[in-house]
This record gives sequence, C-alpha cells and structure tokens, in this order.
Amino acid sequence: MSDGLAPKAAASNALVRYAPLLFLALAWEAASRLHLVSSLALPPLTDVAQAWVELVQSGELVTNGLSSLYRAEAGLALAIVVGGALGIFMASSRLANAMLGPLVELFYPMPKSALIPVTVLWLGFGDGSKILLIFLGCMLPVTIGAYNGARGSDRHLIWSARSMGAHRLRMIWDVVVPSALPEFLNGVRTALALSFILLVSSELIVSRQGFGYLIGYLGANGSYEAMFAVVLTVAFTGFLADRVFQFVVMVLLRWRE
Amino acid sequence: MSDAAQIIVEDVCHHYRPSVGREVLALENVSLEVREREFLALLGPSGCGKSTLLYLIGGFLPIESGKVLVDDKPVAGPGPDRGIVFQNFALFPWKTVRKNVLYGLERQPLRREEREKRAQAFIDLVGLTGFEESYPSQLSGGMKQRAAIARTLAFDPRMLLMDEPFGALDAQTRSLMQSELLAIWEKTRKTVIFVTHDVHEAVFLAERVAVMSARPGRIKTIVDTRFDKADPEIHRTKMFVDKVDEVWNLVREEAIKALEKRLS
Repeated sequence: MSDGLAPKAAASNALVRYAPLLFLALAWEAASRLHLVSSLALPPLTDVAQAWVELVQSGELVTNGLSSLYRAEAGLALAIVVGGALGIFMASSRLANAMLGPLVELFYPMPKSALIPVTVLWLGFGDGSKILLIFLGCMLPVTIGAYNGARGSDRHLIWSARSMGAHRLRMIWDVVVPSALPEFLNGVRTALALSFILLVSSELIVSRQGFGYLIGYLGANGSYEAMFAVVLTVAFTGFLADRVFQFVVMVLLRWRE
Repeated sequence: MSDAAQIIVEDVCHHYRPSVGREVLALENVSLEVREREFLALLGPSGCGKSTLLYLIGGFLPIESGKVLVDDKPVAGPGPDRGIVFQNFALFPWKTVRKNVLYGLERQPLRREEREKRAQAFIDLVGLTGFEESYPSQLSGGMKQRAAIARTLAFDPRMLLMDEPFGALDAQTRSLMQSELLAIWEKTRKTVIFVTHDVHEAVFLAERVAVMSARPGRIKTIVDTRFDKADPEIHRTKMFVDKVDEVWNLVREEAIKALEKRLS
C-alpha cells in the first residue's frame, strides 16, 4: 500500500489518515468546554488525559492492564492452538467432521457473554473464569477459519506431496496447514476482537481486577475523567493489538501475490 | 529390458461421482501397456477420462474394478517411483522455487549438501537460474511449469505422469517447452505418460499415441508416431503432416460424439 512512497508523501498520507481522529479529539474538547454537553457525560479530553497520567503514576492502570492482558492472551492462545487443531482435524477426517460438526454449528451462534455466569460458577472470580470464557468464545471462529481453509486445499497439492513420499500426517502438516493459513488468520483476527469484548464485559460484571473492573469501579465512584481514560486505553490497546496482528499476517503470508 | 511392460492397465472401469447428480461411467474396460523408457501420449476429447486414467496409475484414486500394475505390483497409492506434473503446476505457493524443488529430495537418504546440489542442478537444467528464491506467484506460467518439472525430475522418479502440463501456456511458450521436454527425455529416458487433447503435441512428443474414445473412455486405437524428433523441420515433413492427419481423423469422430453428448 504505502511502500515505495517518498517520505514526504508517506507523511502526508499519514496526516490524511489520522486527520479525522484529530478532528474528533478537537470536537470532543470543544463540545465539553463550550458546555454543549454536560461535562459529567463527556468530560473534556484534556481532563481525561490528566486523569490518565494520574492513573499511570498511581500504578492502577498498569496493574489492572497487565492482569487483563494476561487473561486475554492466555485465553486467546488456548483458542488459537485448540481451535486451529480442531479445524484441521475436522477437515482431515470425515468421522471427526460428522461427530464435531453439529456441535460447532450449535455453539457458534450462541452469545458467548451468556457464559459469564457459568464460567464464574465453575472457576470463581479470578483469572480462571476469564481465561475459560475467552477460550470458549474465541475458539469457534478460529476453528471455522481453519476448517474452511483446510477444506479448500488444492487436491493437486495434496497429491504432489504424497507422490513425493510424504505420508499422511506429513502431508497434512506440509500442505493442509499452510493452505488453511489465510482463512485461519482471518478467524484469529475475529477472535482477537472478540477476546477484548469478552474480557471487558466479564471484568465489568464479576471481577476485582482488570480494565473492566477499573471502568466499573471508577464509574460507580463518579470519577468520570478516569473512567474515560481507561475506556480510551482499552480502545487503543485493541487497535494496537490489531495492528501488530496485521503485521504478523503480512509476514506470514508474504508468499501471496 | 526396454521392451518389457512397466505399467499394465487391465480391464479398468471407473465411475465419476459428482457431489450432486448421478454417477457417470468415466472409464470402461480400459486396457493399456506402457513399456519401460517409452514416451506414450494419452489423447482424447475433453471429458473422456484420460486424466482419470493417469490418476489411477498415479495411485491418487481408488481402483474400482480391473487391475493397474506398475513393475508387476498392483498400485496401492502414490509413490516416488511415479512423478507427476499437473496442468495447474501444483507448486507449493508458500515455498520458494528452491524449497519446492527440495521437497521431494528431503524424503530421500541424501546428505544436505547433496540435496542442495541436486536441486540447483535441476533448477539450472530447466533454465530458472537466478529465480531460486522467488515464490511461485512471482513467476510467469511457463516458469512455474519449469519449476514444477524441475521439482519432479529432482527426486528422480522412474516414470513421469504428465497431465496436460502445457495446457495453460501460450502457444510460443508451449512449443518451446515441448522441445525442452523432448531434450530432457532423450537425456534421462524415463517412462513418460503424457495426457493431452492437442493432436499435434501428441504426435510430436510421443513414440506411441493412445487415442481414447468419448465418454465412457476406452482405448480406441494406438498409433505409432516414432520420428526423428531432432530434425528441426520435422513439422513440415510430409510424413509428420500425414501422421497428424491420421490421428486427427481418429480423434475428430470422438470429439464430435463428446460434443453431441454435452449438448443433448
């Protein structure tokens, strides 16, 4: 996209891309300062920024943030490994597909936030219930991506590998897995977004730590500037995670035209 | 030894089962013998089952009835004694040219340097020197097919199964690749089964052309097409032109039948 552009052009390109964000920030500040909206409903952005600095200095944001990131990463990692393996397994074995397919179809459309009380009942208020929830909620998009990608493997590639002496498992690893990679990664991207949703909503409802807990706690105490600061931090963390992920995808799929 | 049959197909029938609709008889009582080191073309109208026959010999499809023997042993799956080249190249898109060519070598008891040396030799042979680190998506159609041929030759199969390998190439590249394939065949003398629907290509490349009937596919007749292929003017000799005519007349009937079947 932007490669091959001169530095000057790249800079103006970035300006165009981020100008709407800058405009939004200015509009926010102005709306609040000019009392177009109540400063309780929307505190000025500069106050939010100041609250953010205080949250960082007190260590609250970092402690809660690290706790949240640990939960999201652990749940997501489990979902990627188990979900990916499950999808490939279902695509490679007719029996596995017949047995697991209906289960996947049954659970896929279910709103995963409905599992929040269930996971708390099973694993309590701590990290375990959040990790389980994120794992369960994020697994199926990954499974379905890996399954569809693996099912789309070119039979000529499979035959080529077999004729060059690759036995079945070797062939699955060498042909089916890389064939599934693009759609699998699409599934992971969906899962990444889902993990943030599930994380914050479960922490809002039942938790004593994490971004969600902090948002709920600050909101209940009327510290709206600080609450907005945490909300923005979550949004920015999600954006950053997606950007990093897209970069990883670009490296992994560099063989495509 | 060179006259012994290396591949024997006996009374083979095969059904094609589409995911919707009813099954179709693709091959009916096909029998064929391919001699060691021979270059045989399988020629027929599209849909006659010539690729299916090749896939049965390759061990990619299950044998429903009849027998397929390779070196006197029934075929029970694919193996590195039979290398295959497909029309769509079937290169691993996530591997570079070098890694593609190395793939078959990695499953052979060779030392690493030996494998690398062999891969490079075959990349050089097909004229892809300098493109070792390119991905297939960065190559033209002709270059992709060269890479696919290098990959198959590199692990040294005794038989080459080629499924319309030049079908996706433009006319100039195709003609060039035909001459190169002949040169490689003269040098390596592998047994080749070459599937095509191009009469000229079959007569030019093969020693024998097996003409197949419209579906259900049967071997209609086998025509001897041995010429002095080294003669650069071969395409213009009367002998060659007559042979193309002869084979073309055999195929035409079947092509018309195939067309009528598709239209009805």
